[in-house]
Amino acid sequence: MAYVPEPVRSPSAAVGAAGAAGRSMAGFLTSRAFLAPVGAVLVFLIVWEALVWVNGWPNYVMASPSDLPPAYARYWELFLVMGWQTLWRTVVGLLVAVVFGVLVGMVMGFSRLMRDALYPLLVGFNAIPKATVVPIVALMFVGAHDFNTVLIAFMISFFPIAVSVSIGLSTLEPEYRDILRSLGASQFTVFWKIALPKTLPEFFGALKVAVTLAFIGTNLMEIVSPHGRGLGALFDSGKTNSDYPLMFAVLIALAFLGIVLYYIVVALEKIFAGWAERSPG
Amino acid sequence: MTNLIDIRDVRHAYRTEAGTLPVLDGLNVSVPEGGFVAVVGPSGCGKSTLTKLVAGLLKPDHGEVWLHGEKVKSPRSTVGMAFQNPVMLEWRTILQNVMLPLEIVPNKLTKAQKQDRARYLLELVGLKGFEDKRPSELSGGMRQRASLCRALVHKPEVLILDEPFGALDAFTREDLWQIMHQVKEREPFTGVLITHDLRESIFLADKVVVLSGRPARTQYVLDVPDTGPRSLDHLYTSEAAEMLAILRHQIEVAQGRAPAEAEPETRIAPPPGSAAQGMH
Repeated sequence: MAYVPEPVRSPSAAVGAAGAAGRSMAGFLTSRAFLAPVGAVLVFLIVWEALVWVNGWPNYVMASPSDLPPAYARYWELFLVMGWQTLWRTVVGLLVAVVFGVLVGMVMGFSRLMRDALYPLLVGFNAIPKATVVPIVALMFVGAHDFNTVLIAFMISFFPIAVSVSIGLSTLEPEYRDILRSLGASQFTVFWKIALPKTLPEFFGALKVAVTLAFIGTNLMEIVSPHGRGLGALFDSGKTNSDYPLMFAVLIALAFLGIVLYYIVVALEKIFAGWAERSPG
Repeated sequence: MTNLIDIRDVRHAYRTEAGTLPVLDGLNVSVPEGGFVAVVGPSGCGKSTLTKLVAGLLKPDHGEVWLHGEKVKSPRSTVGMAFQNPVMLEWRTILQNVMLPLEIVPNKLTKAQKQDRARYLLELVGLKGFEDKRPSELSGGMRQRASLCRALVHKPEVLILDEPFGALDAFTREDLWQIMHQVKEREPFTGVLITHDLRESIFLADKVVVLSGRPARTQYVLDVPDTGPRSLDHLYTSEAAEMLAILRHQIEVAQGRAPAEAEPETRIAPPPGSAAQGMH
């Protein structure tokens, strides 16, 4: 990303030396920020296990968490290979969505005419269920499985980015622009110094939504297209072979990847738009 | 002495979808170098349009705006602006915010010199110790002071203040009026102040221009006598009361609530030396 804010000098920054690294890791593992979500996940797994046990469901109705480790152990190589395929295609689709979404958002944010012109088109495009687009794309580019998957991931995830960037730019207070323009600044300087950094919080908000959407897009393609790859294809093969624990194991693996990507975005947001977070009180 | 700012018979209209909306119609304002003119008038009469014309952000349909003997055609870096909304870049510290104009206006200052300049101004307005704070950590009055520093940091010839104290509480506002006088003493500038506050106009300015209702023309010009350094007590003298009465009457005329020829009822005998005269 283009904008790197200068770090704010704060007392805690001085303490955060290398010697404190080990201590801070231990501190993190016992902090509420870590324990609360881990606890929630554990409760979820226990309730799930209990639900299956109480109802006496066989694993072809509903697999229980205790069925999952054997599935992972048996197919761990497939999980690694397929997981990687799903991951990279999602990330590439997301990156394309970021570039395209930011460009469209800029065009719509700076030009009233373009906003009026493009909005219905974008909304209409976004309203089409992507599940219906998947077979069309699969037929259009037969065999180009990687390309198709990235395309769907991109198509499903660029909309929130474009909208948020355009709103961020079009709601820029006129005083900002007047101050810079009155000094003779160019349109580009106004964008670079003010509009771009000011839009970053909205951008990251949209990116969090887009990450999960991109995952959905990738898996749609992987599940639907024949001879697919990735976790979606693994899910599909679980279905064909009636390996129900495998299907559930794939779902959990997908959830795990989604969480990882989401927190990567959160970390980037902290670095580039941390200023937008007000300290409580 | 020639005028630093000369606005000659400016007319301007905004073109909207509903048709043209004339906002200025025959505006004449002149400010000598080092002068400080306040512009008052009914709300929506085109005062902010005036600031945009002086800053070169807008071209008048008719008439001319001259700055320092040069016709204004485009924005020029010899202008500093502060608005009612003291917009600050939230991702920068106060010091970095104040230094912003120096990143745009061409200059040969080193980074250290820029910082010194910004620090000096912040100290002048009583913000020493807040240089490394974020804007969100400051009160409205403090942000406005920082915004003033930002408007002055590149040593502009003209300072345009568009209702800068309008959103502040009465105590903070009076505080800032006094700071304005201190700043003008140390950092001389030629000022244009847009305001709704008549007391503010006679406390800060040496000339008050009353605009008529939209489309605005120059309706009245009041010269505020130079009585040396001003304190808030000056606002409670009979001279001040008389000037305020005249201005209030002129505003009523501009709003169409009083006939132009009637004298204000509270009129006190004109003090010697005050030269209030009508124009146009």
